[in-house]
Amino acid sequence: MNLTLKIWRQPDAASKGAMHTYELADVSPDMSFLEMLDVLNEQLNDRGEEPIAFDSDCREGICGTCGLMINGYAHGPEVTTTCQLHMRSFKDGETITIEPWRSDAFPVVKDLVVDRGALDRIVQAGGYVSVNTGSAPEAHSVPVPKDDADRAFNVATCIQCGACVAACPNGSASLFMGAKVTHLGLLPQGQPERDERVVNMVAQHDHEGFGGCTNIGSCTAACPKEIPLDVISQLNKDLRTAIRHGH
Amino acid sequence: MKGARASRTTVALKLAMAVSGFLFVGFVLAHMYGNLKAFGGHDAFNEYAHHLRELGEPLLPHEGALWILRLGLIISLVVHVVTGVLLWRRAARARTTKYVQKKNSGVTRASLMMRWGGVTILVFLVWHLLNFTIGKVNPQGGATNDPYNLMVDTFDVWWMTVIYLVAMLALGAHLHHGIWSAAQTLGWTGTATKRRRAKTIGFVTALVVSVGYSLVPLAVLAGIITK
Amino acid sequence: MDMPDTVTSTEASATGAIDGDYDDAIDYYTPGDPLVDMKAPDGPISERWQNRKFEARLVNPANRRKLSVIIVGTGLAGASAAATLGEAGYVVKTFCYQDSPRRAHSIAAQGGINAAKNYKEDGDSVHRLFYDTVKGGDYRSRESNVYRLAEVSTNIIDQCVAQGVPFAREYGGLLDNRSFGGVQVSRTFYARGQTGQQLLIGAYQAMERQVAAGTVTMYARHEMLELVVVDGKARGIIARDMVTGAVETHLADVVVIASGGYGNVFYLSTNAMGSNVTAAWRAHRKGAYMANPCYTQIHPTCIPVSGSHQSKLTLMSESLRNDGRIWVPKNQADCDKDPRDIPEEDRDYYLERIYPSFGNLVPRDIASRAAKNVCDEGRGVGPEVDGVRRGVYLDFADAIDRLGLDAVRSKYGNLFDMYARITGEDPYSVPMRIYPAVHYVMGGLWVDYDLQSTIPGLFVTGEANFSDHGANRLGASALMQGLADGYFVLPHTIRDYLADGPFEPISEDHPAVVEARDSVKQRIEHFLTVNGNRSVDSYHRELGNIMWEYCGMERSEDGLKKAIDLIRGLRDDFYRNVKVLGTSESLNQSLEKAGRVADFFELGELMCIDALNRRESCGGHFRAESQTEDGEALRHDEEFAYVAAWEWAGLDEKPILHKEDLVYTAIEMKQRSYK
Repeated sequence: MNLTLKIWRQPDAASKGAMHTYELADVSPDMSFLEMLDVLNEQLNDRGEEPIAFDSDCREGICGTCGLMINGYAHGPEVTTTCQLHMRSFKDGETITIEPWRSDAFPVVKDLVVDRGALDRIVQAGGYVSVNTGSAPEAHSVPVPKDDADRAFNVATCIQCGACVAACPNGSASLFMGAKVTHLGLLPQGQPERDERVVNMVAQHDHEGFGGCTNIGSCTAACPKEIPLDVISQLNKDLRTAIRHGH
Repeated sequence: MKGARASRTTVALKLAMAVSGFLFVGFVLAHMYGNLKAFGGHDAFNEYAHHLRELGEPLLPHEGALWILRLGLIISLVVHVVTGVLLWRRAARARTTKYVQKKNSGVTRASLMMRWGGVTILVFLVWHLLNFTIGKVNPQGGATNDPYNLMVDTFDVWWMTVIYLVAMLALGAHLHHGIWSAAQTLGWTGTATKRRRAKTIGFVTALVVSVGYSLVPLAVLAGIITK
Repeated sequence: MDMPDTVTSTEASATGAIDGDYDDAIDYYTPGDPLVDMKAPDGPISERWQNRKFEARLVNPANRRKLSVIIVGTGLAGASAAATLGEAGYVVKTFCYQDSPRRAHSIAAQGGINAAKNYKEDGDSVHRLFYDTVKGGDYRSRESNVYRLAEVSTNIIDQCVAQGVPFAREYGGLLDNRSFGGVQVSRTFYARGQTGQQLLIGAYQAMERQVAAGTVTMYARHEMLELVVVDGKARGIIARDMVTGAVETHLADVVVIASGGYGNVFYLSTNAMGSNVTAAWRAHRKGAYMANPCYTQIHPTCIPVSGSHQSKLTLMSESLRNDGRIWVPKNQADCDKDPRDIPEEDRDYYLERIYPSFGNLVPRDIASRAAKNVCDEGRGVGPEVDGVRRGVYLDFADAIDRLGLDAVRSKYGNLFDMYARITGEDPYSVPMRIYPAVHYVMGGLWVDYDLQSTIPGLFVTGEANFSDHGANRLGASALMQGLADGYFVLPHTIRDYLADGPFEPISEDHPAVVEARDSVKQRIEHFLTVNGNRSVDSYHRELGNIMWEYCGMERSEDGLKKAIDLIRGLRDDFYRNVKVLGTSESLNQSLEKAGRVADFFELGELMCIDALNRRESCGGHFRAESQTEDGEALRHDEEFAYVAAWEWAGLDEKPILHKEDLVYTAIEMKQRSYK
């Protein structure tokens, strides 16, 4: 396959960036999208041009490090992570536009690399169960209904990649927050801190500069782990309950 | 963000928007019911309009209930518009560098039109109030003290009807997403089934409202409703 | 060097004597004094950990905030330690090269985590988990450490459940268990196919809670590039801020390395792209011994390489071998045919043929080696990469006939989907192709019972240390070890060291600190100024090929010697001819990789020397010279029941080998057989 690639280049956070066009020949359909960029980078390096910076780590769809806006879609046209996207999803001769996640809460570090530290700070605000090491009771002392455990797992599959934010027309991180709040809220262990958790996480979310949710659903469509919109409903409900409880 | 206040969050803004939105849905449905009285003829329609003013008497003064309703609507409007503007502004600040290419998959067009659609409805509302309530403008220069006649005179002008129909399209789209969105914001859609149900209710209500409101002006234009 | 916590013993050297007949590596190393773990407690094995915990001195809570800990790596072993030490009140700094601590490669573990809860009442116990782990490790691990691991395994489950880890449950609401990796008891706790991610999120959240509480400071996108050793003690690290390029000095009272394994020395592995040995290797160069570096675990059911562009390999669960049949064509001429057109009589179900009683369920290393052999014979299948087809069929046609399509789909649907996504082939109609890949390394920095390395004040946890898995790791035990070390072992043992504090503060101008910082800057400067004509990746790929070919599934004296020469030549060329563009003042991914690959060269050489020294086959290490007539691995307990701990002697100097004898008091050594 031969491709035309339009890629955002930006030397660092302070500099202005622009789209650059590259031609890439002999791309194998069996390559992953990131391997295609590896090949481009190898060629750039040989030509004396600095390779394009992009994030990836596990390359098996679980660590959440990779994430590119490809032809206007977060993680590209398939429901998967960028690293699990393969070139067979594209056509010979196609022009592919590649941009970083765009969110003012995710400043660009370089080229296609962004800083998603805001999501860590949302977790710091309350996305945990307070239990010191060694203070846990015997695991079987609290049974958890299987349905709750399964549902908690389903939403805990969030990989914190930020695709929901990237895809959201409002730049909201509600799907990410909702997944965490729902996961911990479904389990008995998460109950004591349930009110403070949701309030503090949402407050941090707002403080980071993410937008508010308008329930459009772009996030869930872009989510490689298919986290459903239910979690945002749960987030809203928990916050409403917290207001009622005087938080 | 320890010790944050729940009421200061974006979610609280959305809650306010959802509640005020639902009040409007109730109003819009009631208003539509009144409009359809036009098919009952001149007297039925005017009687209804007149009766609204006498609602609650003698416990309440003349137009008392109407003003309570109006006050509720005005507060709802302020809340709805202010929270809408605040959230709009937040969203604009959340992404100051736009994508060169951005597509939205798996979303309704209505969901992407909420803000400009809302502005359209607001502009229409101003005109609508000038037309029928505050200003009482008769585009044909006729009398304005007879609600039924004013209405017929208005919709007999084709472009007035067009303006009205465009507004109803905007209202339909707004309700189509708005109703389900408000349900989601209020936390009533925590499962896939509930979500589908809320979306269906939103769509059906939107359809009923936009068609229901369009019937009267179209009937006027078609000569079914006449003076 | 000065080692207050380990002593040399002349009595021990007699039992660990080098037999001239077996020492292929004698030209490559210098024999050193035997090594004895002075922290190893005495007494009945079941009481050792309790005794050690009691004997380890306590630190007054008021003093804890005057004591600082640096933790490098935020996977299970690092994040759990950071959370626990933060909760205890120490001043903790954690470092990871990823953009968030929650991305560490522990996240990719699929199968589960073992614990001796015996919830199934199927005869499991701490002792049985201990026994299975030592046996699985082919009697090359330290029994006290393994027993402790089995003992604390039950606490891990309690802790994780309390954190909200959504383990699989039964309808009664209690935790579900499954049997894993050929073990006869059901002791594996799991969260569908992503137990690693769920456990890591638990540890990550616990750590972020401490970040919010102010006890832990997190440095993401920071890479440790040097260890600071002052007066023989580890006192800090030099790290590079990968965003700004700033070379930073971080000083503390104790340093913990929890940086994971070095499987990426093979270039292609199931490790993450960024997984590297640099933190451990820099510590090694400063005096920490590297133990058993040649012990590598190779996993037989990975998706094969599709071309020279391949950047990493993806593992599929071994459970596929329960119903899939492995075969290759009998004739080379059939290798490029559609497998469905190859008649039954022309197929070689080689595992069933060679190992009739275990068939397709032989252990990982045997299945892996057999696959390599048939491919080396030219009977591999799939695309030709560099002239060889490296793949064997894993065929579910029989299983689909026998069980029905729906049953196969419900059992393996997720894995089939993953395979289809990566390869573009439909495994329901065409046989899957699989090939072995490097998955885990059992070797690592040498630690004593307290998890302290040979540098006082430097502790090592998780995959980065060598201690618990011997020559082979059992399935679902990596997660157990990482969390055992971080939550329940290190926090107790480290306090014995910290009880000597408060320590004298070190200035950033201390000569040892300045030296460390300058060496890092020089190295960076070197890479950026060579301006040669080959990319870092091309060197890494070539190094990986050498390692895979000669120090992979099967190692031989000739091959290893050849590999050492090749690695040395390639390393020289690398330093003269590598091309790293850009600057050091911003994110520079080529520069990051250059430093990592430079360290892989030195590690790769040591791995070959270690493999050369160990002329026996044990666990993940197979020496062609040490096999039975049937090609089975053959251990030599008389000569090799030791931990090979290597001391750095300098670049181009022979490393020094210290042997720690392995003594088993609670278990008897046995030779395995799978015929």
